[in-house]
Amino acid sequence: MLSLLQIELYKIYRRPRTYIAFTAITAIVLIFQFAFKSDGQSYMNLMLQNVQDNFELDKSKAINGYFMCYIILNTLLVQVPILVALIAGDAISGEANMGTLRLLVTKPYSRTQLLVVKFFASFIFTILLLVWMAILALFLSLLLFGVDDMLIFRVKGEESQILQITQDDIMWRYFAAFGYATIALTVIASLGILLSVYAENSIGPIVATVCIVLFFTIVSNINVPIIDKNIKPWLFTSYLVGWKGFFYIGVNPEGQPIKGSLENWASIRNSLYILLAHIGVFLGMAVYSFQKKDILS
Amino acid sequence: MEPIIEVSQLCKNFNQFTAVDNVNFTVYKGDVFGFLGENGAGKSTTIRMLLTLIEPTSGEIKLFGKSLQKHRKEILHQVGAVIERPDLYKYLSALDNLKLFAKMSGLSLSNNNLLEQLDLVGLADRSESKVKTFSQGMKQRLGIAVALVHNPELIILDEPTNGLDPQGIADIRNLILKLSHERGKTILVSSHLLSEIEIIANRMLIMHKGKKIIEGEVNSLLDPSKTIVKVETSDNNNTFELLKTSLWSDGIKNIDNQIHLNISKKDIPNLNRFLVEHHIDIYMIQPLHSLENYFLNLTKTSVHVEPFAN
Repeated sequence: MLSLLQIELYKIYRRPRTYIAFTAITAIVLIFQFAFKSDGQSYMNLMLQNVQDNFELDKSKAINGYFMCYIILNTLLVQVPILVALIAGDAISGEANMGTLRLLVTKPYSRTQLLVVKFFASFIFTILLLVWMAILALFLSLLLFGVDDMLIFRVKGEESQILQITQDDIMWRYFAAFGYATIALTVIASLGILLSVYAENSIGPIVATVCIVLFFTIVSNINVPIIDKNIKPWLFTSYLVGWKGFFYIGVNPEGQPIKGSLENWASIRNSLYILLAHIGVFLGMAVYSFQKKDILS
Repeated sequence: MEPIIEVSQLCKNFNQFTAVDNVNFTVYKGDVFGFLGENGAGKSTTIRMLLTLIEPTSGEIKLFGKSLQKHRKEILHQVGAVIERPDLYKYLSALDNLKLFAKMSGLSLSNNNLLEQLDLVGLADRSESKVKTFSQGMKQRLGIAVALVHNPELIILDEPTNGLDPQGIADIRNLILKLSHERGKTILVSSHLLSEIEIIANRMLIMHKGKKIIEGEVNSLLDPSKTIVKVETSDNNNTFELLKTSLWSDGIKNIDNQIHLNISKKDIPNLNRFLVEHHIDIYMIQPLHSLENYFLNLTKTSVHVEPFAN
């Protein structure tokens, strides 16, 4: 199994398509950093225009490495599923399209082993993508913008909030958030692999995965009570942005932030369970379908 | 003779369509077994079932005396295959492709060992070239090198000369003969060209519309003293049943309610006498000439088949 995994990773490493994802992330992060370095204050003024009468804030310190990473993650974690779909959606269908699937299946491994290895290869790719994102969005931002307390702008119900997290209470939240994002993106990877089992070219499952994610994301963002109650809990996309929960700091009865706390750990934990269940279901369906599939390509 | 492949009552249906219909055959150790039939005859479907790419609807496959279904992994260690066009990883070099598939077979071969394999198929000088720069013939040869990399006992080649120029066809043919004569491999090779099978195979099977038409020694089947005859009587069903118990039972087929019999020309009067003695009214015993013509008739082609280029 380990040598199979090494082979899969080697194939991913040697495919030019792999580097599209890393290049896209690099370009987007660098553009963000350049834009905020050049004119970050305008963004800050816009964000603070509704609350600056109520808070005393040093705006020059608000734009720092931690804040930049949060802004970048907010944007990128919507786009990264597309990049994960590029690899996962190609896992089986790409082999079928190249004509190599029939060679793989005639090797002395079970189909379950082949598919599980493909899944782990996509999982490792997802981790590497997020590590690369962390290096650029967090560590490079810290180098470029410095370290300070972080301000989080949040709309909760009808009201806008600003949460302040002290600099010595931030890093663990980022590690937890990246860990959560890995699980969330692995759901996309397992969906991509499931769809790739049914196709004989890569485009179909990649586009289908992206379309499903986009469609569900749009539905997840419709704030109508009937959808909130009856549909959103069933959509995995409702839980993709659950990483933000690690930055919603708990407050005491006086409204003061409690260092090292989370506002709603139970909600984050439940979201993780739901995401893990999705991975299990998608992967189980993929294994079952792949075992039954006649390889005609 | 030790049987390497034993297929019995193999069937495959795709919805309403029967691609392989109750096929039986045996390939023995050291055979170059020709699997002949026109496109769509069911050859590739049968081969894919032998390689576990397709699950049979019914029937049994035994390789090396063991059930393929129960001992899949163990059996596939001893099998190398090229299935139709062997499209490998185009973004990798020939050597990297070979290395990758060797590793997949649990082997860690040195570059020298791998280059020897490439030399066998005449690709040693292109070992570092990416597969996307290869011609169809080169890909085919690399596919064979990949199939051989783990030194399998049984080699299955599905239409290995498809799309090749005459020189490419000759190269593949010579390679098959070399593998058989010098390395003692058992080889199953499919083709839609009788002339191809005639040169390389010692035993053969013809398939038509999913059914086995005939199986046997190539020399015997292509013996000019033998012929296929079509027999028509007052009661074809009874005649068929009767002939199944006769001397000619091995060579009898019922095709679309017509009796086809592979028989020595000298035996035609004996056949006639046999039917008369059994009170069967004979309407016709029509020779269909040689097996080659018979095969060409089956495939409804009048194209003259060129011999291999040397």
